[in-house]
Amino acid sequence: MSGKKEHGLEMAMGRMLQIGVTLAALVVLIGGVLYLAQNGGTQRDYRHFHDATPATTTVSGIVASAARFDPRGIMAFGILLLIATPVCRVIFGVVGFAVLRDRLYTLISLIVLSVLLFSFFSQR
Amino acid sequence: MTGLGGGVVIIPVLCLLFKVDIHYALGASLVSVIATSSGAAAAYVRDGFSNIRIGMFLEVATTLGALLGAYLTAKVSGNWIGVIFGLVLLYSAWASLHKLHDVAHAGPPDPLALRLDLKGSFPDNGHENEYVATHVPAAFGIMFGAGTLSGLLGIGSGAVKVLAMDYAMKLPFKVSTTTSNFMIGVTAAASAGIYLGRGYVLPSLAMPVMLGVLVGSLVGARVLARTEVKTIRLGFAAVIVALGAEMIFNGVTGRL
Repeated sequence: MSGKKEHGLEMAMGRMLQIGVTLAALVVLIGGVLYLAQNGGTQRDYRHFHDATPATTTVSGIVASAARFDPRGIMAFGILLLIATPVCRVIFGVVGFAVLRDRLYTLISLIVLSVLLFSFFSQR
Repeated sequence: MTGLGGGVVIIPVLCLLFKVDIHYALGASLVSVIATSSGAAAAYVRDGFSNIRIGMFLEVATTLGALLGAYLTAKVSGNWIGVIFGLVLLYSAWASLHKLHDVAHAGPPDPLALRLDLKGSFPDNGHENEYVATHVPAAFGIMFGAGTLSGLLGIGSGAVKVLAMDYAMKLPFKVSTTTSNFMIGVTAAASAGIYLGRGYVLPSLAMPVMLGVLVGSLVGARVLARTEVKTIRLGFAAVIVALGAEMIFNGVTGRL
């Protein structure tokens, strides 16, 4: 077991998370500015729960509405990028442990990854 | 710094002050939890204290728990969520005041921990400190509970995670706190998928919360460096207790 290589894997994960968060924050900020420019003075009702539209609840819906430059879609896309950062970290784990030839931890990382993917693509 | 994430403050503020529906508050909080975890990672990684094997192994438990918790949010009424949330707040306040100390490791190492490679070393005053985890099944169980709370309440539940790693696995606290920070993001991502699908994550509400948390954590790190830690801990714990009590009161009286 090489501690140095593992530290390299950790550093790569940290760097990736940093870039992911910065990118997500920028996208959300752009969407937020556009949203406020369009809906500045209006007050939305947050007190009661409404049924949400697919445009902000499914991965494909979010991508489609962000591609139309809908401010809410852009914000949702930024949030999706943010949620994707820890998922990428687990993917880094799968690849990293495979490179280190650690079969047990490649498998454990794969289990975590499949639980995460299940939560995104299971119940619609 | 205080060992508490933003979720424990964001949810009561949104619910009690801005009268936001508790499900939207959970969604916005969960997004901020991921932002804090991923945002802080860069600083933690540099120190080299976190253990990715232990983190990944325990994430099996926390992500499965998070799925269960996120599933339960649709079944449990907002008032019950409020009461459970209040109780977790009170526990977190108590935990944040308790200073963590490394428990001396006694007895032979856990054979399961050795088989799973749950060990490591970290630099301390120029020499490497070695450690091996103990009570692995118990820690795995507590982590499943921590994940369930995280998914149910939209929080990081870092206090419970640290509990499992400190008291059950007997890891050095520098290792447990940094590893728990890593795990919080992955755990939250597991319930975020379900929250998103249910429409709990409202972009227009999550946007200011997420950006605020990121800016706040940058400013906070600088301010904290110049302030007495003990004062902050005490002040923060007092706020948490007040918020927790109010959440329980509102939940019991059916106002959430």
